[in-house]
Amino acid sequence: MNSPVQASPHALSRRTSGHIMALVMAALVPATLAGFWQFGWPAFCLWAVTVLSCVLAEALCLQWSGRRVAPVLSDGSAALTGWLLAMSLPPWAPWWIGVLGGFISIVIAKQVFGGLGCNVFNPAMVGRTVLLVSFPVHMTQWVSPQVLAQGTDLAQAIAIGLNGGIPDALTSASLLGHVKTELGRGLTLVDALHGFLPEQSMLGLRAGSLGETSALLIGAGGLFLVFKRVIGLRIPLGFLAGLCIPAAIAHAAAPQAFLPATTHLLSGGALLCAFFIATDYVTSPSAPFGQWIFALGAGLLTWLIRTWGGYPEGVGFAILLMNAATPLLDLWARPRIFGRRIGGKPLDARRAQEVTR
Amino acid sequence: MAHVVIPPIRRLLTRWGIHPDSHKFPAAGLDIADAGLPPLLVLPLSQQAGAPARPVVKVGDHVLRGQLVAEAVGHVSAHVHASTSGTVLAIGDAPMPHPSGLPGQGITLRPDGLDRWAPRDVEPYPINLAPEEIARRVAAAGVVGMGGAAFPAAVKLALGQRSGIHTVILNGSECEPYLSCDDRLMQECAGDIIEGARLLLRATGAQHLLVGIEDNKPDAIDAMKLAAHPYPEVSVVRIPSRYPMGAERQLIHTLLGVEPPAGGRAADVGVVVHNVGTAAAVWRALRHGEALTERVITVAGGAVAAPRNMRVRVGTPMSWLVERAGGLTREPARLVVGGPMMGVAVPDLDVPVGKGASGVLALTAAEVGEREPSACIRCGSCVVACPVGLMPLEMANRINAGELGQAEDIGLRDCLTCGACGYVCPSRIPLVQYFAHARGELMARERERKRLDEVRELTEARAARHEREAREKAEMHARRKAERAAAQAAEAAAKASATQEESA
Repeated sequence: MNSPVQASPHALSRRTSGHIMALVMAALVPATLAGFWQFGWPAFCLWAVTVLSCVLAEALCLQWSGRRVAPVLSDGSAALTGWLLAMSLPPWAPWWIGVLGGFISIVIAKQVFGGLGCNVFNPAMVGRTVLLVSFPVHMTQWVSPQVLAQGTDLAQAIAIGLNGGIPDALTSASLLGHVKTELGRGLTLVDALHGFLPEQSMLGLRAGSLGETSALLIGAGGLFLVFKRVIGLRIPLGFLAGLCIPAAIAHAAAPQAFLPATTHLLSGGALLCAFFIATDYVTSPSAPFGQWIFALGAGLLTWLIRTWGGYPEGVGFAILLMNAATPLLDLWARPRIFGRRIGGKPLDARRAQEVTR
Repeated sequence: MAHVVIPPIRRLLTRWGIHPDSHKFPAAGLDIADAGLPPLLVLPLSQQAGAPARPVVKVGDHVLRGQLVAEAVGHVSAHVHASTSGTVLAIGDAPMPHPSGLPGQGITLRPDGLDRWAPRDVEPYPINLAPEEIARRVAAAGVVGMGGAAFPAAVKLALGQRSGIHTVILNGSECEPYLSCDDRLMQECAGDIIEGARLLLRATGAQHLLVGIEDNKPDAIDAMKLAAHPYPEVSVVRIPSRYPMGAERQLIHTLLGVEPPAGGRAADVGVVVHNVGTAAAVWRALRHGEALTERVITVAGGAVAAPRNMRVRVGTPMSWLVERAGGLTREPARLVVGGPMMGVAVPDLDVPVGKGASGVLALTAAEVGEREPSACIRCGSCVVACPVGLMPLEMANRINAGELGQAEDIGLRDCLTCGACGYVCPSRIPLVQYFAHARGELMARERERKRLDEVRELTEARAARHEREAREKAEMHARRKAERAAAQAAEAAAKASATQEESA
């Protein structure tokens, strides 16, 4: 009845890796549905293609390397990677962007390193960054929201997905991209920001990727994960602090040249990153102090890249840079061991003070 | 009664540990039943931490309850007494509660059903005994730590006397799921526990007694507070329920706010920790002269028909206990002696329970959980759960890569093997197994290194001896040669002078 060696503990928590992935996906549902509503069928098609190509790529790699496909696929990590990647793409990007991104994410960023748990860099961010650098035109063509109201059907969506052309009347710029261009043309920030309202960002009524338009729903999903104890608060808070504090200081010093903190907070997928990307277990440190450094560093880098970098978007690069530091942070910023100093030496024997009164 | 409350800030700042499903009921709600006398008893010789005891009876001897049948060997060991009157049937290999399933040494006893006690040394006022005498009698009664580790109680008392203890802590936390034997004991025998603890206080020379009880046992807290009421030096403290609150160092930190240094002992901070069951056993031993022949055990688990706490003779087979608890309702997936977090899985129900066994569990597959390990997703749940502040995932990675030395550098030796990490792991990685394996491997390496060192020392010593002998031989040879030469020269000189004289 019993196998020979059974190590303790003889009880287990009910949460498995699969449950965790399912909870993260559940947290993404509201923002994703809102995105579909705003950007119409093409957004849905791109999302489906990206998720499917990630799952397919994972299956192929597992088959190739002679591992069992079904149990590993069922943990849902590949689908989640695809989902996050799709949320960071322009919603009307051609279908091959999704397929290529999915394969880069899974094959190059994940399976080449050894599969789940072994990758150094966040797969979705590797996929997005490679696409952004390789196809800057396709990756920066945004579509105006509320297309659904203007009417798109599935056939039209497939045509857009296959041909990749967005009718000129529907193109729009993302906020950060717009500001970068306008500042480049020598305009002041006040002129550049004319017509953009924070409320739009909150509700998602403006151009951008699925994951950046509706800050409210992304934030709600993130708080759901915190509430479910899937993620801690350290990384989201640290990331947002690292982004917003320098932004607020700079904006206070020179309002004409620097975007305000609220704009940074509500644009460019900052919230998606804070709650869903930076908190990726595999590529972020697992000890508290390391998590603070990681998150503050990623936030600060995002602000620096957004402000002075060549690309209007900074999140992807910042995350990848801090991912590279994660193994070191895990080694260096370990928690203090009970009964030892931070360096590892045992504490001095200290008499417990008299406790009764 | 003194008043101690844990500062709320310390509760807030305490982040380690887990909250497993408690499963304490229905057993915790029922009074302690008597398990009765099984047809055969097997008294393990190695039921205490330290050296196995040495039998002092022969096969065929008739023994009485409480009679010494095996005596302690060496500094860390404990006496074993017959747990009822009867005949010694066999001395030798018997099934034992060990994960290997290998038999161990034990004394098999056939009860005669009369349950007659050996003469008992009743002492109306044991609190008046000298500390040394208390320790001596505790040792004579074979009392060991009843919380699970079964460290001989008298040895702990002696350690305490040497190192200036100011506080004795009674561990009533019982943080393991399923187990409620301490809970019931505190509700039903609070007086025995408090009186026994006062004896421990006297034996160690400490001034304060703290009883730490988790807040999920309100009835036990009430009963203990009532029993402690007359004594100003005793205070009963509600502590937060979390696993592993009952770990010695974690309990000390929770109650007193000091961390015993790593690698040291609780005595380094002037504290000694005893289980509540131990205190009760000490009272029985000193007041009534009863050796440790029975204890309270929780018989529980999803496969047990009627979970219950029972007063059980030491050496009773698990099968008897399960039978007394209504038998099995279904095939258990795992049989465990102790709690589900740190207990030992045993292959079948033939094994006897020892003094340190706090539970006998027959767990169903659903309770044990699906444990097909998958890849580590580095979620860090184990880091949050670890009560010692280790990074179990990093240690397991290094052990997996064969880098045991690195695992040791990041804290393998500080691991309590409490199993909190293994419990929370969503990838079902058998972390505790990794650590136990690595520790065993490191210990084996250490032994091998020592052995090699000894061999090298011996070889070197032999080489040195040979060299010295050769040198001495050569020196002697040279000396003899020189002597001979000198003698020859002297002879020659004598001859020469004689010739000269002659010629003259």
